Amino acid sequence: MSDLLTSTAAELAAMIASGETSSVEVTQTHLDRITAVDGEIHAFLHVDGERALAGAAAVDAKIKSGQQVGPLAGVPLALKDVLTYTGAPTTCGSRILQGWHPPYNATVTQRLLDADLVILGKTNMDEFAMGSSTENSAYGPTRNPWDTDRIPGGSGGGSAAALAAFEAPLAIGTDTGGSIRQPAAVTGTVGVKPTYGGTSRYGLVALASSLDQPGPCARTVLDAALLHEVIAGHDPRDSTSIDSPVPAVVEAARSGGIAGMRIGVVTELGGEGYAAGVQQRFDESVALLASLGAEIVEVSCPHFRYALPAYYLILPSEASSNLAKFDAMRFGLRVDDDGTLSAEQVMAATREAGFGAEVKRRIIIGTYALSSGYYDAYYGQAQKVRTLISRDFDAAFAAVDVLVSPTTPTTAFKLGERIDDPMAMYMNDLCTIPSNLAGNASASFPIGLDDGLPVGLQVMAPPLADDRLYRVGAALERSLQATWGGPLLNQISPLEVAR
Amino acid sequence: MALSPEEVAELARLARIELTREELEHLAPQLDVILESVAHVADVAADDIPPTSHALPLTNVFREDVVVPSLPLEDVLAGAPASDLDRFRVPRILGDA
Repeated sequence: MSDLLTSTAAELAAMIASGETSSVEVTQTHLDRITAVDGEIHAFLHVDGERALAGAAAVDAKIKSGQQVGPLAGVPLALKDVLTYTGAPTTCGSRILQGWHPPYNATVTQRLLDADLVILGKTNMDEFAMGSSTENSAYGPTRNPWDTDRIPGGSGGGSAAALAAFEAPLAIGTDTGGSIRQPAAVTGTVGVKPTYGGTSRYGLVALASSLDQPGPCARTVLDAALLHEVIAGHDPRDSTSIDSPVPAVVEAARSGGIAGMRIGVVTELGGEGYAAGVQQRFDESVALLASLGAEIVEVSCPHFRYALPAYYLILPSEASSNLAKFDAMRFGLRVDDDGTLSAEQVMAATREAGFGAEVKRRIIIGTYALSSGYYDAYYGQAQKVRTLISRDFDAAFAAVDVLVSPTTPTTAFKLGERIDDPMAMYMNDLCTIPSNLAGNASASFPIGLDDGLPVGLQVMAPPLADDRLYRVGAALERSLQATWGGPLLNQISPLEVAR
Repeated sequence: MALSPEEVAELARLARIELTREELEHLAPQLDVILESVAHVADVAADDIPPTSHALPLTNVFREDVVVPSLPLEDVLAGAPASDLDRFRVPRILGDA
């Protein structure tokens, strides 16, 4: 494999800036890689090589003429298909948006372009980000590069798989209940959910507005931090965007110093129900953090066990409302409009034809939870539980600087194994959901393999203390890579390359 | 609580999704399992706990009342299933089906 494929984004940016290579060469190398392996992996729903190369050439010209460029200028990136990008389809993995071209760029997309990154294409995802395996995509599943019979996580399985298959050095994900962190964990990559409000949701097709958050996906902690800085910061177009400085994430990723840091192990997120190999890697990593000077304490968050039921009421409720906009009137699919049917009939027929099984399940659960007579017992009670989970976090963060847990209870499972068992699928999100409900920052970092499959460690930090995630991640990465003799992804079996 | 296919059909009607008979029978037991599981939120004593609708303390956000260009009409209508005379064209909305 070309060195340009295995280099980090930071290295590529430096090589492009110095003229050692060009953005065109780096971009072309990644496009060739996509041609070679994406038939097998299916990380991308849409690739526009011509446009990517034109963007790359423009960056090269800018650098040649001595203009100031950003720290990731010329580096190619894969964008999750839930963020709008003009001139390309945005489908959200759904048939109802097949072929739809958005009329504006998401703020995250615009910031990537303004920072001279090169967008290779849009990545596969569970339909409207509902799922943990990318099997709910209307366009077919993505496969895990570590074992192509297994899931790459979800909903952002396409973005994570693109990184692990060396199709892109950087990617963007969105995280509503773990859709950045769980795919990162099962593909041996880094994924960060910033503090809610830290990155703009403008142009992100909403699943659950009070939970959704875009964030960086990368192969190294520093690359994730560099990307985090590009996309984060206040946006007047998102009224929930936080108007305060972006945490010093790059500085933290470069430092990795954790001496004296108080790290809490969450009692409720481990033990029974967690695969032995996952628990073992996690325990070893906690011991490693202690050896690096961190103070380890056990912390109980008693209401976390109600996070899953609360989430699977709040999310469907918000989703059933957000997805009402797919009404066959203004954009996307319209079926059965033969002149005899009413708007309402066309709407119902279109939503039947355009939505997949999981989207229908969640819309109906949301409709039920919000209906009169059930509202207080379901949605209202879930909102109270949300308060209690936030209070658990507040109490914990009064005693420790960060919390840690396994990112997922198991490693990647096989395609098809849980697709018709919704509750088994939902269990993937057990550890990641609390941070979405409370809005704090959270990330997953690779910590090794269990039976040849990656294991992730989750770090949770207080709101606006995103830098602490990177400090812990960098400390782990440095020590573990010294043990492994290089990045974890060096241990992946080479993919078969199409000729 | 055992949702019947008829009850699922009524929820689907409220959500404007015309489910097939086959889907109703497949979904009803799955929705039962989900509802039974999420009902555990009721196990928490929370009578005196205020609800949280949002992770951040939100206040209303205002902007200056200045005119900015709208999206180009052509771009907005380009993604519509049908348009006519610079408008979205929709099926009839009045009268019995």
